[in-house]
Formats: sequence, structure tokens, C-alpha cells
Amino acid sequence: MTIETLIWLIPLPPVLAFFLIAVFAFRNRSLSHSLAVGSAVISWAVSMVVFYQAVTTPAFNHHPFVSQINWLPLGQGWFRIGVQVDPLAAVTLFFVAWTILMIFIYSVGYHNYGQPIGEHDRPGLQPHGASVTGADGKVTRVPSVEPMYARFFAFIALFAFGMYALVVTDNLLTLYMAWEIMGLCSYLLIGFWYGKPSARDAAVKAFLTTRVGDMFMLLGLVALYWLTGTLNYRLILSNPGVLEQLSEATSPVLGLSWAGLVGLLIFFGTVGKSAQFPLHVWLPDAMEGPTPVSAMIHAATMVSAGVYLALRFFPLISAGWTPGSALTPTLMVMAAIGAFSALFAASIALAQRDIKRVLAYSTISQLAYMVAALGVGAYVAAAFHLVTHAFFKALLFLGSGSVIHGMEHGVLHTGEHIDPQDMFNMGGLRKKMPVTFWTFLIGGLALSGFPLVTAGFWSKDEILSGALDGGYTVVFVILAFSALLTAFYTARQITLTFLGQPRTGSAEHAHESKPVMTLPLVGLAVFAVAVGWAGIPEDFPILGGLLPNWFEHFVGSMLAGHGEGRLVGHSSLPLIISLIVAPLGLGLGWWVYRAVPAKAADPLQYVLGPVYPLLKNKYYVDELYKWIFIRPAVWLADVFTVQWVDHNVIDGIVDGIGRLGLWLGRVFSRYFDIPVITGTGDMIAFGTRKLGISLKWIQSGRVQQYMILAIAVMVILGGTLYFLLA
Amino acid sequence: MQFPWLSLLIFTPLIAGLVILALPAGRRDWIRGVAVIAASLDLLMSLLVYFRYDATVGDYQFIERVPWVPQLGISYYVGVDGFSLPLVLLGSVVVFCGVLISWRIEDRPREFFAFLMFLGTSVLGVFCSLDLFQLFFFFELAVFPKYLMIILWGYPKTREYGGMKLTLYLFAGSVIALVGALAIYFGSGLRTFDMLALEKAGFPLWFQQFWFPFVFLGFAVLGGIFPFYSWAPDGHVAAPTAVSMLLAGVEMKVGAFSALRAGIMLLPEGARYWAVWILVLATVNVVYGAFLAMTQTDFKYVIGFSSVSHMGLVLIGFATLSSQGLLGAGMQMFSHGIMTAMFFAVVGMVYDRTHIREISRLGGLFNKMPWAGIGFVIAGLVSMGMPGFSGFVAEFPVFMGAWRALPLVAVIAVIGILVTAGYILLVLRRVFFGKLPDFGEHVPDVSMLDKIAIGLLGFLMVVLGWFPSLLSTVVQSGVDRILVLLGGG
Repeated sequence: MTIETLIWLIPLPPVLAFFLIAVFAFRNRSLSHSLAVGSAVISWAVSMVVFYQAVTTPAFNHHPFVSQINWLPLGQGWFRIGVQVDPLAAVTLFFVAWTILMIFIYSVGYHNYGQPIGEHDRPGLQPHGASVTGADGKVTRVPSVEPMYARFFAFIALFAFGMYALVVTDNLLTLYMAWEIMGLCSYLLIGFWYGKPSARDAAVKAFLTTRVGDMFMLLGLVALYWLTGTLNYRLILSNPGVLEQLSEATSPVLGLSWAGLVGLLIFFGTVGKSAQFPLHVWLPDAMEGPTPVSAMIHAATMVSAGVYLALRFFPLISAGWTPGSALTPTLMVMAAIGAFSALFAASIALAQRDIKRVLAYSTISQLAYMVAALGVGAYVAAAFHLVTHAFFKALLFLGSGSVIHGMEHGVLHTGEHIDPQDMFNMGGLRKKMPVTFWTFLIGGLALSGFPLVTAGFWSKDEILSGALDGGYTVVFVILAFSALLTAFYTARQITLTFLGQPRTGSAEHAHESKPVMTLPLVGLAVFAVAVGWAGIPEDFPILGGLLPNWFEHFVGSMLAGHGEGRLVGHSSLPLIISLIVAPLGLGLGWWVYRAVPAKAADPLQYVLGPVYPLLKNKYYVDELYKWIFIRPAVWLADVFTVQWVDHNVIDGIVDGIGRLGLWLGRVFSRYFDIPVITGTGDMIAFGTRKLGISLKWIQSGRVQQYMILAIAVMVILGGTLYFLLA
Repeated sequence: MQFPWLSLLIFTPLIAGLVILALPAGRRDWIRGVAVIAASLDLLMSLLVYFRYDATVGDYQFIERVPWVPQLGISYYVGVDGFSLPLVLLGSVVVFCGVLISWRIEDRPREFFAFLMFLGTSVLGVFCSLDLFQLFFFFELAVFPKYLMIILWGYPKTREYGGMKLTLYLFAGSVIALVGALAIYFGSGLRTFDMLALEKAGFPLWFQQFWFPFVFLGFAVLGGIFPFYSWAPDGHVAAPTAVSMLLAGVEMKVGAFSALRAGIMLLPEGARYWAVWILVLATVNVVYGAFLAMTQTDFKYVIGFSSVSHMGLVLIGFATLSSQGLLGAGMQMFSHGIMTAMFFAVVGMVYDRTHIREISRLGGLFNKMPWAGIGFVIAGLVSMGMPGFSGFVAEFPVFMGAWRALPLVAVIAVIGILVTAGYILLVLRRVFFGKLPDFGEHVPDVSMLDKIAIGLLGFLMVVLGWFPSLLSTVVQSGVDRILVLLGGG
């Protein structure tokens, strides 16, 4: 089997699993998860083969794996779709395959496979736990299995299909399709517990918010097709002639070049999908979904797809820009949105109490690093951070799920009415859940960029140096400060959750999750450390050069010929900053939160004063949107369109015509029908009678009179005719 | 001469309807049996014609011609091309599903099924017509059963208003179209209603520009063009379920198709002259219809207005006069027909079982009637243009054509799609997922026949989403023919 055929096979097992579960295994738990996990294993294995082939192929960038078929006839030719694996797709495939596999396995445990069915559990609501009578007659409360177990696996299998398809596709149209399929799955999975109103609202919000971005992306796609006649990556992005043309032609919008405009439109897709300001509002609410969903969709894969798109279209987005020259407007927008979102989200994360919401804002912030990196042209750094982030963020989310699971166990045991996701109800879980603790610690350190040992350090360092070396000091300062905040809130999270003493009875009774959940944590933790070694800069003091900077060579080759953003002058300032901020923020966070007593307020509340509520309420962006978008839209639809235009104008005209008709009818009836038509009719009748009466004298019965009359008529008629014709 | 498949297709429902009328009113089983047999036969025949049509050759196939009133140049003249063929299939699919959905109708079933069959003959007749007079004949054949079905079996509160409004609008539209058609007949000097001959008549430019609006707008009233759409929501809502399905699913396509066939194809220069105005009106359709749909509190009105919005995309596709736009319009007609039939079917099922249509009083029905819920989800995804479903492969070419013609239209129409996602999700959330109301426990599930209808419609929407070439190759061959008339596109 050729490698190209294999690539076609990567997305297929999950979609097959989706249909099989939907049709045959909707009530069968073990079959449904076997199908889903089995399909994930096959896709993972094939992906690894492809990845191995890719990294061992020499000059891979010039000979990517490509295959195409005809799909949709458009106008004169066919729209061809196909698969393509090049260096960027290969590394993406690598982390996607690993995280998806880990998350699938973890889900089996998370949804309490093998536990009894709860007495009060209903589809659409979280399981409430079941009562079990032991051998000694004692009734204990234990977790119960998810009522819609099979449905969950069907949805995540479909999701995995979308993600794999997005990575291996070779054109923007099928990428868009996969992108929308993932959006749909995201909607279905955020609203998985649809019995909860908050979950329903979050699902709709996520779908509609990302759709705003998608709308721009679709326009970009249509414009790109109109301009180039194709949507294939190679024909556009690897074609300097096309790129040059696009960067020189001026579009009618704001004086941007066509490349800049299309790039910007496509980038708005990224803004929606990767939850960047101002379309970030959906991601924190998306935490209403089950935790594996949060990990997979909202940390590791789907939100990464947005950045992947921006990376993929970087040659177009940056067309007309060379390292060292001034940024194009499009790049400037990216750098600004990235830097702003990084700081903005990191500051909100400081004041969140929900363990998953902290992670959600940290995701926004970390994705913003990548966007900012792309904005300043640090392409490889962005790609590298994408990979490392996927691993450690999936790890953190799954770890937080394990924590929540442990806490829910405690809640079932004690019967307390507390929120099992609130970090201020936790504490001291280190001893109860050692595996979760150690893996979470590794993930947290990676997130904060703890020097040298974690993958996060290497990738973040690259972004910082990319920003400073390019000469974008403002971006550098913002990102460095955000890194400090990141380390601080990570320490806050770890300290509140795992260190100190338990603050509630539930935390006292929490216990470690099953191996089916903890093993994926260990697997991801390995990558959260080891992936960093693939991209150690060669000019790094002491360590540099021990391992080849493989990542840079491999992914960097994507840009060969377009000018790579990395400059030669390597300042040591970013390195020093990177080395300092993480330990500083971590230490500070630990020091502030090391001994928070039960039911205490957040110490930060005193320090920050009036700023704290601002952060806690996410800068009131949701409220703002409600006032400036939702209400006017409702007004426009309801008051203006329906009541005014539809009822008054359209129906008004129709009714008006009706009324006019009635009026005309009445007018006709009064002034025409009665006097004229009726009158005429009557007149004719009367007239005939009158005529009859008046002509009566002629019919006298005398033949002579008839004779005279006839001659007279003939004379008159003949005379008239003669007169006329002559 | 080959086997008269099209005549058989067109007249099977008519004959079935007459047979039904002759049956005793009490024999509900016989009546339904005849109806379902006729509908199945029609479905099979249209599938057969669909797959035996040779898209590589294109042009009109399965042609039959018999002189009718030779003195006036009128003949019975049928044939299908790539544009009308999918619509023939659409018509028989929707009639078939309509029969299944109406299975349990209790009030005067004999007349109901007979009229439904007459409607079937009418729509299939229009799609197959190659003679302008004959097209009018079939077009008007629908008026009488449509009106009677709405006022007899419709929603009691609004049926008289809805039925009257619909009939008057459509009459007004067809009178205007008739004036235009007569102008074409006399203006051509050929003394024939044969549309294939009229296409080559070579009307002068002023003639085309003057008469095009009559023909196009007159027919487009039935296609729901702004601002003459007002009959559609009221009519759809007032009609019984099967008629709503046919009205929105097929009749609106009859209007759009006739506008294309008699308007754009006979008077191409007129179309070129007025294209920008149609684009504007159609764009208003898309956005305005979507906004109206969003604010409706009545489940059925939401769908009624969504049809107005989606037909806008068809008209945009027409008005681009380009290969992509027309291809998209052709595919959208089929996709929208199937989708909206599904919508109305589900709305009808919900109403039959709860007797409620206010969205705010419904809720949580997904667990009670999962098939209806899944059907609504699929139709909803189609309507918001989700890739993997037929709506996307239809809308995408329309957007491409629109961008080429006038980028602003594409931009605004895309906003309509966003609003569509909004109202579909809101309805879905409230009706199928929200909290089950008190009476909800006693709501029965949908019947087996309902499931067959949902399954068939859903299957078509998904299959076309993945394998669009099943439809698009056929439509493209029809589009190519239109482009030739337009002077090479």
C-alpha cells in the first residue's frame, strides 16, 4: 500500500466508528467504546507510520505526500479534493494522534464505565451517583455510569474524523468542511448535558460565536477562489508567482492588498476558532461540557486548528513582507490581537475560582502567544508552541478532570452541597491523588515555562526571542509580562488544589482515579517534557547543539524560499527573562496561596482592590456584547423588521391595496354602477318601452300607410347613400 | 418513439386521484392504498428517469410531442433537461413523503388524497413542460386543489385568510406572467408556444428588456421573491402538513423554475438587463427572511419565513447568470425542497401530537420523539449550510457566483446564513432540548411511516452532502445549456 493511500485511511476509522455506533451500538456501552477507541488506535497507528515516513524522507518539503480525486464539478472543471502531508501537517498529525488517543482512553474511565446505573439519572443530565448495598447490608453512594455513554463516543469519534480530515486535507474548501464538522461536534458536546440550561446556552453561544469567524473565513475562501481559481495549498501557497501577484494587487477595502485582505479574512476564522479577542467569549463557557471534551476540543485539537490554519496560510498572510521590513497591516493586526489576548486572558485567569475556567483562559492566552508569534513573523516558534501546548494543555485538562472526579467522589461520600470544581473547596489533594498531582505539576510547570526541563520553556523562549529579535519590543514586553502572570496563576491553581490542608470534607474524602484515567496522564506528561528537546535552539548556551534543532529544520523548511522570520542577531535578554519570570511567578503564587484557610476569600481580592471584580467578571465583555450586539439585533429583527417593515409596510401595502379595492368598489358602486350601469340598464328597459309606446301609432293596420312609410324610408336612405358615396 | 416515461410519470397521480374520487368514502384503506401505490410508482419512475438520463449528452431527453391545438401552435410537449430532472425527482419524493405523513388523516380522506394527487400531477407537469401554454396549464391546475386543501384541512384559525391570500397573490402573479407570455407568443411571429423554438426567436433588445419583468416577476411571486413573498408564510402555516411540504418544498420551485424557463431562458438579454435588480431583491430575501424567521414565536412560521430566506439564494444564483451561480441555484432548489419538506413534516408531527405550535410552550421533545428530533437537526444543519450536508454544496457555488457578480451580495448573503444558524439553534434548543412541559410525558413517538419519510429525506440530504456529483453533474449539463442561451456565459 502506498503512503498516499494510507493518508486517505487516517480520517476514515473514526467516521466509520461514528456510523457504526449510531446504528448498531447505541445501547451497548462496551461495544461503543471499543469501536471508538479501536478506531482511534488505528488512526493513531497509521498516523505514526506516516509521520515516520515523513521525517525519514529526505528533502521532504519538496516531495510531500499528495493524492487527489475529483469531487464537485464547478463550471468548466472539477473541484479536486485530496490529501497532503508536508512537514507542518506531519508534526500536527503527530500531536493530534497522540492527544486524541489518550483522551479516548481517558473518557472510558471518566464516564464511569463499569459502574452501576444511577436511580435518578436521566439522559441529558450529569450522572448523580447510585446507591449500592454491600454484602454487609450497608448502603453506599458510588458514582454512576453516564446515561448517554454510547452517544458520547459517537460524537467524539465524529470529532476525531473532523480533526484528522482537517490536518491531512490539501485545500481550503475541505479544510473548511472539516472545520465546520468540528464546530458541529463542539456544539453537540458542549451541550452534551442538554438538561442543564447553562450547557444549552453555552453550546449555542460557542456555535454562533465561532460562526461569526467562519463567515469571514468563508468570504476569504470565496474571494481566494475568485482570485486564483483554486483553493489547493500547493497551487497558491507554494507558488511565489501567485503570492506576488496577490500581494501587489490592491483590493477595494482599506487599501489592503488582496493577499492582505484574504489573509485577514482567513485570520478571522482563526480568531473565532482559537478564541482570540474579541471572539473569545465562547471558550470559557464551553467548559460546561464533559472534561474529556474540554481537553480535546477546547485545549488540544479544535482550538489548535485555528492556529494551524494561520500557520498554513502564513505565506499568504505574510505575502509582501520580508524579515526586517515593516509589518504588513495584516501581520500588525495579528500581532496586536495576539499580544492583547495573551495579557487579557492571563489577567482574567488570575481571578477565576473554577479549576477548568482557569485553564480555559490560559488556553486563550497561550494560543494568543502563537498568534502574536505569527504576527511578528516567528513562524517556527508558533508551530513549536502549538505542539508543546497541545500536550501540556491536554494533560492539564485531563488532570483537572481527574481532580473533579476525585472531588465528586468525595461529594457523593459526604453529601455536601459544594461545587466540586471550585478550587477554594479543594486543598491537600496531593496525598489523596498522587499520580494526578505529579502529572498536573509537570503540566503546570510546562505551562508556566519552567526553565530547561519543560517543553513549554523552549517554545515560549523561542516566541519571546522572536519578538525581541524582530524589534517588536512592545509585543515582547506584553508577552513577557503575561508569562509572569501565567506562572502566577498556575502556582495559584496548583497550590489551592493540591497543597496545604483539605478545606472541605469532600476534599478530605477524594481519592485517586482509576488507571484508565491516570495512565493517559502519565503518557501526556512524558511528552510535556520530551517534546521540548526537539527544538532546542542551536545557539543556546551550553545545551544548544547537544541535540540538533530538528524542529526548526523540519518545519522551517516549509518557508524555504519565502524568507524565514528568524534573525541572526540573537539577544540574550529574552533568555534571561524566560529564566526569571517562571520561577518568580511560581514562587509568588505559592507564597500568596500557601495557607488559604477554609471559606476564605481570595487573597488577591485585597491586593487588587477594585480591579479584582473586573477580572472576576471577565471585564464585563459578555454584558457589553449583550448591549451592543444582541439587543440591537433583536431590535432590528423584532421591532424594525417584523413590526415595522413586515406589518406596516408590506402587509400595509397589501391591506392598502385591498382597502383601495374596496374603496374603488364602493366608488364604482355609488358613482358608476348605480347611476351609469344600473341607470343604463334601466334606461334601456324604460326606453324600449317608451319607444314601443311611441311607435305604436305606426302599426295602424293600414296597408297604404305601410307603403308610404316604406317609400319614405327608401327615399331617405337612398338619398343619404347617394349623397355619401358620390 | 421511446416508452412515454414522462407522460406516465405526470398522469399516474391524476389517474390515481380520479380513481380515489370514485371509491366509496368509507374505504380509507383503499384510498390510502391507491395513493401510496401511485406515489411509489411515481418515485420509482422518476428515479429510473433520473438515472437513465445521460448527463454527458445533456439537452432535453425523454421527449414526447403530440399536437394539441395545432391552429394556435399549442402541443403537448414534454422533456427533461439537467435543470428540470432533479426537480421531477424532488416532486415525486415530496409527494411520496406527503402521502406517508398524511396517513392518519381522518377528515374526508378521499378528497384529501385525491387533491394531493392532482397537486402532484400539476407540479410534475410544469417541470416537464416544453410548451409555454402547457406550462401555464399545469401551473394553474394546482390552484384549485391548493386552495381547497388549505381552507378545508388547514389550521382552523387562519386557513381562510391564508388560503385566500395565497390564491390571490398567485393569481395576480400568473396573470402578469400570462401577459408576458402572450407578448412572447405574438412578438415572436412564429405562432407557436414551443419554448425550444421560442428560444431561437431572436427577440429585439427592447422587447426583451420590456417584457422580461412581466414573465420573471409574475412567476417569481410563486418563488417567494421580495416583496411578493407575503403569501408564503401565511399560506404555509395555514396549510395542512402535506400541503405545506408540497407548497414550500415543490411549489416554490415551480415558481422559480418557471421564472427561469420562461423568463431567463426565453428573454436572456432582458435577464442581463435586470440582473442587478433581481440580485438586490433576492439578497433582501435572504437577510430579511432570516430576520423575520428569528423573531417568530410560532414554530411553523419560523420555517415559513426560512423558506423565503432560502429561496433568495436560488434567485441570487439565477441572477448571477454565471455557471457557478446557476449550478448552485439548481442544487439549492433540490436541497431546499427536501430540507423544507423535512422541516414541515417534523413541525406537523410535533403539532399533531402536542396541538401546540408556540415555541415557548414546547420543550424537551427529543427524548419523546427522537426520530423527529434527528430529522429536525439534519434539516437544520442543511439550512445553515453545514458542510457534509446538501445545503453546503448548494450554497457554496451560489456564493462563488455572487462574489463574481457583486461581492457585496455575497457578503450580505453570508450574514443571512449566520442569522439562519441563530434561529435554527434557538428553535432546536427550546423545542427539542429544553425542559419537557407537563403534558410532555404523554406525547407519543412518531409512527413507522413517519420514520420512513424522515429517513428518506434525511438520507438524501446526507448523501448529497458527501457525493454532490450525483446531483451536480446532472444540474451542470442543464446549466451548460442555459449558458449557451445566455451567449456563452
